[in-house]
Amino acid sequence: MESAQVDAAVAPLRRRSGRGGRLLRQMAKRYDLYLMLLLPMAWYLIFHYGPLYGLQIAFKNFNPGKGILGSPWIGFDHFERFFDSYYFGRLLWNTLTINLFSLLIAFPIPIFLALIVTEIRGKTFSKWLQNITYVPHFISVVVIVGILTVFLSPSTGPVNKLIEAFGGSPVRFMESAGWFKSIYIGSNIWQSMGWQSIIYIAALSGVNPDLYEAAKMDGASRLRRIWHVSLPGIVPVIVILLILDVGHFMNIGFEKILLMQNNLNLESSDVISTFVYTTGILKGEYSYTSAIGLFNSLINLTLLLLVNRFARKTSETSLW
Amino acid sequence: MAKQATLSRSSEDKVFDAVLYAIAALIIVIVLYPLIFIVSASLSDPTKVLGGEVWLLPKGVTVEAYANIMQNDKIWIGYRNTIFYTTVGTLINLVMTILAAYPLSRPDLPGRGPLMLIITLTMFFSGGLIPTYMLVKSLGMVDTMWALIVPGAIATYNLIVMRTYFQSSIPWELQEAAHMDGCTNWRLLVNIILPLSKPILAVMVLFYAVGHWNAFFGALIYIRNEALYPLQLVLRDILLISQSDVADSGIGLEDKILLAESIKYAVIIVSSLPVLVMYPFVQRHFVKGVMIGSIKG
Repeated sequence: MESAQVDAAVAPLRRRSGRGGRLLRQMAKRYDLYLMLLLPMAWYLIFHYGPLYGLQIAFKNFNPGKGILGSPWIGFDHFERFFDSYYFGRLLWNTLTINLFSLLIAFPIPIFLALIVTEIRGKTFSKWLQNITYVPHFISVVVIVGILTVFLSPSTGPVNKLIEAFGGSPVRFMESAGWFKSIYIGSNIWQSMGWQSIIYIAALSGVNPDLYEAAKMDGASRLRRIWHVSLPGIVPVIVILLILDVGHFMNIGFEKILLMQNNLNLESSDVISTFVYTTGILKGEYSYTSAIGLFNSLINLTLLLLVNRFARKTSETSLW
Repeated sequence: MAKQATLSRSSEDKVFDAVLYAIAALIIVIVLYPLIFIVSASLSDPTKVLGGEVWLLPKGVTVEAYANIMQNDKIWIGYRNTIFYTTVGTLINLVMTILAAYPLSRPDLPGRGPLMLIITLTMFFSGGLIPTYMLVKSLGMVDTMWALIVPGAIATYNLIVMRTYFQSSIPWELQEAAHMDGCTNWRLLVNIILPLSKPILAVMVLFYAVGHWNAFFGALIYIRNEALYPLQLVLRDILLISQSDVADSGIGLEDKILLAESIKYAVIIVSSLPVLVMYPFVQRHFVKGVMIGSIKG
């Protein structure tokens, strides 16, 4: 009955011949699906594409009184000011090194953990290992930094108590620029290695068991089987996750860095995204920090495209 | 000789197993120790914690720190607000994600490709923090609870996971048959699709709810009014900034510091408890969610 009504409604369309008419008819027949999409698509346009429209203030001198459209264009002045500033080098260096070290050190660890989980013969033990390593994933970033603060406190933290017990003198870990990156990356590994290993464990369970049998027949040791069967079997998954990681390269861990930041470790904890927050939101320099944010996004997009292209050429796996 | 070869291989195997178990045990200790320590420290006499006497198990057991938290209004307000943000926020997340994921899962929807492209593009490029902030501000949401709910109404990753589930787990023939019987798309969604999608709905509720429970950055930029503070923001003030007003009940300065330090451990436990208590019951679902996402994400 419903469809009869719809047919009547689209009858005028039917007179139009050709593909256009048929498409319209198909769309009209499924008008309720578009109705469902109305709210979500409006939300995407407002909350994701709206800010892209607002991004024009990166090339303007934004004046709240005049609004986004009314503010005068000034071209690339904000970008030039940023590139010429004394902190530009420091921000870029910290952003790149923190993420690069994370990628080099933290990225392989979940793969390693997934291999251990699948190689362990005792299934109960293996389950425990998984369930325990997943737990820290659910702890909030505020609590993680809180745990770091109490653990590494120079006067009362257990780490410094241990150092003192061995005759050393207490280290002010959280207020040290030298320690910042290690603490940041180390705690990231602690929090997310288990969770990130899930995908690899799933991928490993999908590797064809015949391949293991064949390798075993040929006399390959377990280490060799891991190297020649397991790892090649999950390379596509590794590549995809690597590309996705690079896709968030310049923004990752922003909240945690902000929480860990203080005046004494600023030298190595000041990154582009935290600078945008402190200068933009707290000091109100909207135009200038929009430009910096845009610069950050562009680097990120470039990296993503490069890695994707590289992956497609070398391993025939890519996002698109 | 063949026998010798198998012998040496099996002893090599044993060494390999021993190394595996040793590494696994080490990982378990590294992950668990900080958690156990915090539980123990929160239950111990503060002077013993600060003096470094507590290593694994609580010493001089007391629940004073917890009693102190109970009297802290800010924590209660934060708790109440977070429960509100989590329930209302998750509900809106769920409705919006379903409304987007279902039509986009339909192979017979004209324009599905371009619509999907509009959505996935947002995963790789955004206007950035400042333009988003200005938008939310111009919508009049700053310093209202909506700022923590509406701008994050859909997580694109979750949408893709749900759409993949609809496509791969619900037979298309079933939907076609329902259409033949004159079932509208709304009734199809509510009466057939959703009841068949309980596992993915559970996963979504969990993903979104944990996200809301742990979120702090939205509140940091959009909320000034302390009466609207979520728990995480209260926590940040207690754990990372100053402890002066948390410790107002103390007498001397030294007592204040002592109390402030001891309260930190208890605050960590109290705030993480709901998620951690729920964890053993739901971790299966979480894992399933990640797996579904990995099929086509």
